[in-house]
Amino acid sequence: METLTATQKQYLEQPKERISGSEAIVRCLLAEGVNVLYGYPGGAIMPVYDELYKYEDKINHVLTRHEQCAAHAAQGYARISGKVGVAIATSGPGATNLVTGIADAQIDSTPIVCITGQVPSHLLGSDAFQETDIVGISTPVTKWNHQVTKATQIPEIIARAFYIAKSGRPGPVLIDITKDAQFEQFDFQYKKCTGVRSYVPVPKTDPSSISDAAALINSAKKPLIIWGQGIILSKAEAELQELVEKAGIPAAWTIMGASALPTSHPLNVGMVGMHGNYAPNVLTNDCDVLIAIGMRFDDRVTGKLDEYATQAKIIHLEIDPAEVDKNIKTDVAVLGDAKQNLIELLPQVDANTHPEWLQKFKDLYEIEYKKVIKNDLHPTKEGLTMGEVLKEINIQTKGEAAIVSDVGQHQMIACRYADFNVTKSNITSGGLGTMGFALPAAIGAKMAVPEREVVAVIGDGGYQMTIQELGTIFQNKLAVKIVVLNNEFLGMVRQWQQLFFEKRYASTEMVNPNFVAIAKGYYIEAKKVTKREDLAATVKEMIDSDGPYFLEVCVEKEGNVFPMVPSGASVSDIRLE
Amino acid sequence: MATEKKLYTVSVYTENNIGLLNRISAIFQRRHINIESLNISVSEIKGVSRFTILIHMSEDQIKKVLGQIEKQVEVIKAYYHTDDDTIYQESCLFKIKSDLLFEERQIQNIIKESNAHIVTVNKEFFVLEKSGRRAELETLHKALSVFGIMQFVRSARIAVTKDELKITEMLNAFKNQ
Repeated sequence: METLTATQKQYLEQPKERISGSEAIVRCLLAEGVNVLYGYPGGAIMPVYDELYKYEDKINHVLTRHEQCAAHAAQGYARISGKVGVAIATSGPGATNLVTGIADAQIDSTPIVCITGQVPSHLLGSDAFQETDIVGISTPVTKWNHQVTKATQIPEIIARAFYIAKSGRPGPVLIDITKDAQFEQFDFQYKKCTGVRSYVPVPKTDPSSISDAAALINSAKKPLIIWGQGIILSKAEAELQELVEKAGIPAAWTIMGASALPTSHPLNVGMVGMHGNYAPNVLTNDCDVLIAIGMRFDDRVTGKLDEYATQAKIIHLEIDPAEVDKNIKTDVAVLGDAKQNLIELLPQVDANTHPEWLQKFKDLYEIEYKKVIKNDLHPTKEGLTMGEVLKEINIQTKGEAAIVSDVGQHQMIACRYADFNVTKSNITSGGLGTMGFALPAAIGAKMAVPEREVVAVIGDGGYQMTIQELGTIFQNKLAVKIVVLNNEFLGMVRQWQQLFFEKRYASTEMVNPNFVAIAKGYYIEAKKVTKREDLAATVKEMIDSDGPYFLEVCVEKEGNVFPMVPSGASVSDIRLE
Repeated sequence: MATEKKLYTVSVYTENNIGLLNRISAIFQRRHINIESLNISVSEIKGVSRFTILIHMSEDQIKKVLGQIEKQVEVIKAYYHTDDDTIYQESCLFKIKSDLLFEERQIQNIIKESNAHIVTVNKEFFVLEKSGRRAELETLHKALSVFGIMQFVRSARIAVTKDELKITEMLNAFKNQ
């Protein structure tokens, strides 16, 4: 059970009081424990903004410079706090601008509630000014959505929105509220939602599936764990570590699972997938039991499906029944909450070590180190590498920063080389691959954990998709550290063009502006590094600075990210060069 | 692997909410699956709707689609059945010129033999209704086509299962939680 704050108690289950729909919306948010939301005003949501003005001592509305960024900021907030992020926008373009963030939250299971204003109910369907069917548009990318046309519906629907967003496999919920419902007066009272009869957030676990899983694990000679974000979402980091250590099982992670087990843990064997580590990818096709926990066998993880771990027995611990057998046929499916099921599983698992099997991971790591990692982290060539920038960030933050990455080469490098010593430290757009995600997500992340160092690592392409959020950072004095790894290319697409399209660099070269001048235009301290000898000191200066800081690092133009599982290839056909 | 394509009937019990049709049809649309027929009606439970969807696909595929349908918050439960598991019917209406009813003796015989029934007759036209299996409906359609049909419409399949579906128990279990 969550503990309620004093503010929440003030608005929960109070005697009925006659107020407007718009005031009710704000009180509902307060009752849900929301103290920050991200948004952008406009005609159809103005009554709510008028109430936000009156309640500004209790709830902080952050004006982003674009509604898409309100959604991403809410995502960043949710991902690092474990709470529901909230974004708010007006009807029409305000609402449609949220959609990318909503779709991102859907595919990455992030709990956010989006509230949109809508034209008055008597104008619905009339093609009124700024009318758009946002409920229709957002249906395929929301866990749930609903249109409210009467003030009396507001408390129940908002309560349900928060419950659905947060429970089970989390996801985005959109509530569209007509302007007349915002103005309407009604007798307000708020009760939290504790269940929806048609919705089973956590499926029942069959106890025999746990003993079957334990038996398979105990019989395994070459077991491999692959965990995903499910570990973080169910707060099962300690249980995962206990399982890994007790049974002596090497454990690898998907991009969304990063940081649940410290990078430095001896049984953490790295990332799986297209640009993951060599050993866990190759040995996926060598293990005898594959234990997948809170992950969904995404195509970027599996490569060619019919050559994925065909030799192994598959155990899948999963909260969403629709994910079981979706891509990979499982031998034992353990449905339910990851933490709860790991707690049940642990006593049934024998203590074990697998020294020979672990040695294989070490041997393959050595190969990857010589061929790839050494050149990325300790380059001898002239041009700066993305990897050495990450290495400096690790040193200066002691591996305790939250790394918010965008999408592309720098993202793969950040996930590969960042030291994740604290959980919930990898905020990135995994499933949707949304360029422009990082800068706004870093805003939400920093506001959720102001005491933590938040470093946004972004490419020069993605940065320019949401660069206007420098304004939000400046206005709110947020000490976000922004690192742009500038190779003057849309690097990942260029890499594919080099490898698979005979170097026809179609529309991937970027002529960039003076990024330092732009940051300074927003009164943000900024520096540019072009030489290796300046890197360490400048990264230190950035981390030491108290306010926001922009650092542009000019890296080699045509660097590639390896290892790489070419699209459509088997994971064991991973290329090192 | 059950990869052979067959005709399946999907029964989905849902809350009666606006937008749910959109949500469910989007699941098929996204996977490029054509819905053969779709019927939405009340069910045996007050306030609960029943979708009956006819789909041509493999069992492997239908299991995955069912998972996606059941995942929707307002879906209570979804099932899939083969034709053997269900009692099913479609019905159709024919609008035909009234003259033919009196002038063509054969039409009267067709109506009698096919167990169709006349819904209404007026000076210009009469309306014939027939319920049954698709093949029976098609046979009748073929027989009547010869004389000329002013309008024809066929409904979606509706089906009940031979086995019990334990929806009421599920809903009661929620109430008693």
